[in-house]
Amino acid sequence: MIGALVAATPAERRLLGGGRFKGPTPYVIAIMTFVMVVIATAGLALANAAGLAATGTEQRYSVQIVGGADRQPQAEVALRSMEGISAVRPVDPKAMRAMLERWLGPDGASDDLPLPALIDVDLAAGALPDNIRQQVERSIPGAQFVAHREALAPLTAALRSLGLLAVCLVALIALATAAAVILATRGELVAHRGTIEVMHGVGATDEQVARLFQRRLALDSLAGGTAGAVLAGLVLLLVAGAIQGWAEGFGGAVVLGPTDIAILALLPILVAVLATFVARYAVLRSLGERL
Amino acid sequence: MSTIVEFDRVGLRYGTGAEILRDLDFRLQRGAFYFLTGPSGAGKTSLLKLLYLAQRPTRGRIRLFDQELADQPRDVLPGFRRRIGVVYQDFRLISHLSAFDNVALPLHISGASEEETEGPVREMLAWVGLSDRSSARPPTLSGGEQQRVAIARAVIARPELLVADEPTGNVDSEMAKRIMFLLGALNRLGTTIIVATHDLSLIAATPGAHLMRIDKGTLVDPTGALRHPPISEALP
Repeated sequence: MIGALVAATPAERRLLGGGRFKGPTPYVIAIMTFVMVVIATAGLALANAAGLAATGTEQRYSVQIVGGADRQPQAEVALRSMEGISAVRPVDPKAMRAMLERWLGPDGASDDLPLPALIDVDLAAGALPDNIRQQVERSIPGAQFVAHREALAPLTAALRSLGLLAVCLVALIALATAAAVILATRGELVAHRGTIEVMHGVGATDEQVARLFQRRLALDSLAGGTAGAVLAGLVLLLVAGAIQGWAEGFGGAVVLGPTDIAILALLPILVAVLATFVARYAVLRSLGERL
Repeated sequence: MSTIVEFDRVGLRYGTGAEILRDLDFRLQRGAFYFLTGPSGAGKTSLLKLLYLAQRPTRGRIRLFDQELADQPRDVLPGFRRRIGVVYQDFRLISHLSAFDNVALPLHISGASEEETEGPVREMLAWVGLSDRSSARPPTLSGGEQQRVAIARAVIARPELLVADEPTGNVDSEMAKRIMFLLGALNRLGTTIIVATHDLSLIAATPGAHLMRIDKGTLVDPTGALRHPPISEALP
């Protein structure tokens, strides 16, 4: 269908004259697409990161015994004996003190500072957290059973919100692109007013006139969109290392998958399609106001 | 002879201004040759615009090709326009197209392919004496050459009605005679022709043509007696 919208005979191609890419449209579209791709990439990365964080912590819990650092070995044994727990990883008190020292200064590393016993556990597939919680509270008096996902909930919610914000921004940029195309089309209509009058005078339909302009805008948009997307891809590759490192914090998975790459690659095409239909609408609407 | 155009109490005003054409009431016979004359500002060009559908009348009724125009939706007007050839006073050639492409435009608009237009356009350019200028663009052509390209474009699709607004206004007398000869030849092939001009010598040189005179927006002979007399009777 898009092919039919931009198809033209050699005679039709000559009608508007002038070289291609001479107006501002391809450059405006390139900038819009560049911004759109960068924001869309950030949005997809954030959505994926939120997903990774949620998935990575779904079965992960902590058993915490306040002021019970000396009870950690017994608790560890009890946890290993429980059904439904697939992994037990006691947190090294030295590591905890080192972390506290970063926050509290040298006093954080002091032996006088009471530390909780902290043991990370992974639940086996199909294990019911409430059952495990009851077993833990029964076997280890005073222990708290905390889901990691609850601790990370504010972070994942923030990531998802930012992802949604990115979607909204992409939609806004698409709207701005449509507005730019309408302005460009109006400019083209004014610039080619004489040609349009002659075409109408010899019996051209609005459809024939619109096809010339939608074709030009479609090709300009496709070229500008592709250039913008390629440039955005290069820029994003430069920062990919940092993004990858950030993702590794959530389990080493890549931030963007093949589907995400495909979505980003489709953006310039979608921009060209949008420009084609907007230009067609603008031309037909403008011509409809004439005799 | 059948009627190709009929105006019935037609009036035209632009915007909210005064009427510039009032109570136009006439018929054009199929295959005839008409001159429309009158002083500058009398309304000749506005009347022609009504004929080639660049304007709709603000009142009255126009029948064209046996159909009532007022009843026609906008999207059928191109079909009417394809049956009308127009020679504009200012040529209105598309400056970035060659003479060949300008002449071929009506055929391309009608859906003819490049191959289908090649022969007729070459023939038409030869008819107007511009075979050797086919690839030239309008800005490089003289006024007379541009006028002939405009005429070739107007007649290439063999219109039933040809409307020409001062077609000799920008050329010397020799070229004017040649253009009128071309229009006469087209008329003999059956095309109804109406030419707006204030050049009486041109009118006198076209025997058998009919004369319409307009002044201050109305045809000056309300009884109709002088509206379409043969030129030989209208001129001394």
